[in-house]
Amino acid sequence: MASISELEPFFRFFMRFYRGQRYKNTPNTPLNKPLTECNIALVTTAGFYIQGQQPYVNGDCSYREVPNTIHTHELKIGHKSVAYDKTDTKSDANLVFPLDRFRELESEGKIGSLNHRHFSFMGSISKPKRLISETAPEVAQMLSSDNVDVAFLTPV
Amino acid sequence: MIQRAVEEVGISTVSVTLLEDITKKVKPPRVLLVPYNFGHPLGEANNPKLQHAIIAETLELFDDEGTPPILKHSIQMGEQRG
Repeated sequence: MASISELEPFFRFFMRFYRGQRYKNTPNTPLNKPLTECNIALVTTAGFYIQGQQPYVNGDCSYREVPNTIHTHELKIGHKSVAYDKTDTKSDANLVFPLDRFRELESEGKIGSLNHRHFSFMGSISKPKRLISETAPEVAQMLSSDNVDVAFLTPV
Repeated sequence: MIQRAVEEVGISTVSVTLLEDITKKVKPPRVLLVPYNFGHPLGEANNPKLQHAIIAETLELFDDEGTPPILKHSIQMGEQRG
């Protein structure tokens, strides 16, 4: 399992700061229909972007829209953190953004449909204020306007 | 934190986490804890069988009768140790 103690000193410091983001309660939207009837979207913090989109910069709280029609090998990795090795993600984007796996579930009839778009953020943000107040709610609203029933999230 | 924002607009969410400490503080609604390194939430590259197993276990969190926050240890935790 990933452990904070495995990290370089800078990242241990960062994680201590990050761990200060503490919440008391939890939002709850129970799923009220079977997955076979659900429209599903994926959200990752792997820092993916595609041809024609801006790469990420350090501390970037922005997001990139990933069309459902994308080939996973076309995804570019823009994550700035050196805390993890991206070699495996370059070999298989499904490791952090399992779009091909969900396509298989869709074709097997195990889920209703995949949304026409998905979203990528970049993780390891040391100052997430704008993420919390602005960009994450923006993406939530877009998923809501798409009538998404389920979001599957993969923080990296 | 993104998961909380999405759940707050009325969308049901699940996620896979690598870090138990942070997850316990952010308290997202439904989370599967997996035993892998940073950048490897779905376990291994080019291992669709394992990736499907993790996805299935994560989606099963919707059937959990507990009240969120629900943080479940993946069966892969045992596989990894064993």
